[in-house]
Amino acid sequence: MTLTSLPLRHLLPSETPIGLLDADGRLIDGSELTMPGDEVLLDLHRRMVVGRRFDTQATALTKQGRLAVYPSSRGQEACEVGAVVALDAQDWLFPTYRDSVALVTRGVDPVQTLTLLQGGWHLGYDPYELRVAPQCTPLATNTLHAVGVAHAARYKGEDSVALVLLGDGATSEGDTHEALNFAGVWQTPTVFLVQNNGYAISVPMSKQNAAPSLAHKGIGYGIPSLLIDGNDPAAVYSAVRQAVETARAGGGPTLIEAVTYRIEAHTNADDASRYRDSDEVAAWLGRDPLDRLEAYLTGRGLLDDARREAVAAEAEAFAASVRKGMNADVVSTVVRPQSLFDHVYAERTAALREQAAMLEAELAGEEA
Amino acid sequence: MAGALNAAMADALAADDRVLVFGEDVGPLGGVFRVTDGLSERFGERRVFDTPLAESGIVGTAIGMAMNGLRPVVEMQFDAFAYPAFEQITSHLAKMRNRTQGKVELPVVIRIPYGGGIGGVEHHCDSSEAYYTHTAGLRVVTPGTPADAYHLLRDAIDSPDPVIFLEPKRRYWAKGEVAFDRTATPMDRAVVRRTGKDVTLIAYGPMVTTAMETAEAAIEEGWDVEVVDLRSLSPFDDETVAASVRKTGRAVVVHEASGFCGYGAEVAARLTERCFHHLHAPILRVTGLDIPYPAPKLEEHHLPSVDRILDTMARLQWDDVPFENEVRGA
Repeated sequence: MTLTSLPLRHLLPSETPIGLLDADGRLIDGSELTMPGDEVLLDLHRRMVVGRRFDTQATALTKQGRLAVYPSSRGQEACEVGAVVALDAQDWLFPTYRDSVALVTRGVDPVQTLTLLQGGWHLGYDPYELRVAPQCTPLATNTLHAVGVAHAARYKGEDSVALVLLGDGATSEGDTHEALNFAGVWQTPTVFLVQNNGYAISVPMSKQNAAPSLAHKGIGYGIPSLLIDGNDPAAVYSAVRQAVETARAGGGPTLIEAVTYRIEAHTNADDASRYRDSDEVAAWLGRDPLDRLEAYLTGRGLLDDARREAVAAEAEAFAASVRKGMNADVVSTVVRPQSLFDHVYAERTAALREQAAMLEAELAGEEA
Repeated sequence: MAGALNAAMADALAADDRVLVFGEDVGPLGGVFRVTDGLSERFGERRVFDTPLAESGIVGTAIGMAMNGLRPVVEMQFDAFAYPAFEQITSHLAKMRNRTQGKVELPVVIRIPYGGGIGGVEHHCDSSEAYYTHTAGLRVVTPGTPADAYHLLRDAIDSPDPVIFLEPKRRYWAKGEVAFDRTATPMDRAVVRRTGKDVTLIAYGPMVTTAMETAEAAIEEGWDVEVVDLRSLSPFDDETVAASVRKTGRAVVVHEASGFCGYGAEVAARLTERCFHHLHAPILRVTGLDIPYPAPKLEEHHLPSVDRILDTMARLQWDDVPFENEVRGA
């Protein structure tokens, strides 16, 4: 009996992260990834600039007390944008709490994206409108949902693929392993993108994982796995696009580990200086994904000052719309007290009708 | 009862392509209790299939499938084996409707064979209803008769809300008439199984039979016992149960699970709030002991028995029995 029907080399990731552009934006020769076309690269650039501006705007909103909390994804724009642009309209995105930039890249309204973090409702958008699942706060639970959605899509004869985003810490959770196993056994059209940003809040990779890489975790589940440079937008787009096309064609799941770095702290409530030193952050600032793409596009003559200014203006306008939306009327997103009872069950139970009446009386008393 | 459950799934699978049945060993084996016997043969492995051995995976993928338009009916095999899926059940299955302001509906049924009385080893006999009834967003039902097994499961599969379907495994072999005409009592209503005027015995799942046996035995004591079968643990049918207790003025709640913070405490509190001026005695509970589920050779001392229920009823301040301020059986 042979151990596996798949040759091991088909499952094995590379020893070091592969990419298309080096840290200075120079094309890497002989990469096994396919370089995206110029239109895609320009689109990635534009969306990364807008995404970063959104991220800094949201961070600023926490300082003004407009947001209760914001987990920044600054430095991870290549993953956030590259992965989403690689999806088609019929595909599903399963984001985590850190993936707000991925949401706005997908086209979710920025104010609705921030509802969860604002303390209004848990979710501001309709998950079916753009096929974006609710952002996952408990780690790794969304991986199973993505496998289920993908399985149902195939059952119904749809050709949609589910992309699930998770972090390095989430790979330690049991659900990640159950999801990889189910996806491998069922051969669901699911793409797992691990954004390895170095830290699970404060716990570094060295205390999280003993495997050669997180991508190696795919081998045991029979899932082809890739280790890529997560600060290279061309590489993220190319790897995710390839995995999505493979899944759509019936080739089953792929695991991609994208090595990147979280420039800001875990959230605005975290003090990152307690667990990492400034030299490390400075080194990663030198590997900025946006600078890298700009350098490449400028060198190719695809990005000139006029386009750069146009993109910057678009980002400013976007940030202004976020500010305006967040400042306009916070009350409208903090819902009516009676709506507390609206979505517990399909219909209110007798007990909830009783409690609704009690609340009604309390509110009337307050007004009197 | 196992046959009624099997028929309910078969009929639901035949009626609606969106219904899927899956879990551990539910395929060709037909489940460890044979409740899914023959279903994969009849409907094919696309509709009825075995999964990897992973409860969180089963519930988590069921959530995804339901998000995308299917109606999964999954099995947890044994009560305590469902605990690895607890996060998926409480944080996602129960809350997705609420988290998404009603946009995402999860019509998932989780079948859990539960309770003791079959000589099972540890982790195979828990009564875990309180964990689920405490969680808003879930419906929790449990049949006490074969007829209810069929109708409650059909209703659960049709429900737009997620349902925890607790199957009293010691009653799998119980016999009874089942009418398949789908005009049975709605899922969230309790039923009076036996009318009486002196005391109401409130039971559900495996204890319905025990309560009925107790009512027969109580005739010798001169007590005319009414038995209410809750059927739906969440939501709770205050109306039916309170009407019975107002009539009899006395009530005993019976369940297998431990008493402390148990489901009976909720029932007793609700009835006290609603029926206080009709009560001749405090509402008492007969429950499992406050211990981890015991080894098979000791379970008879843990589980409520007819004698223990009769002993407790004797404390209900009948005219000739002084109340000794004890709230539990001997």
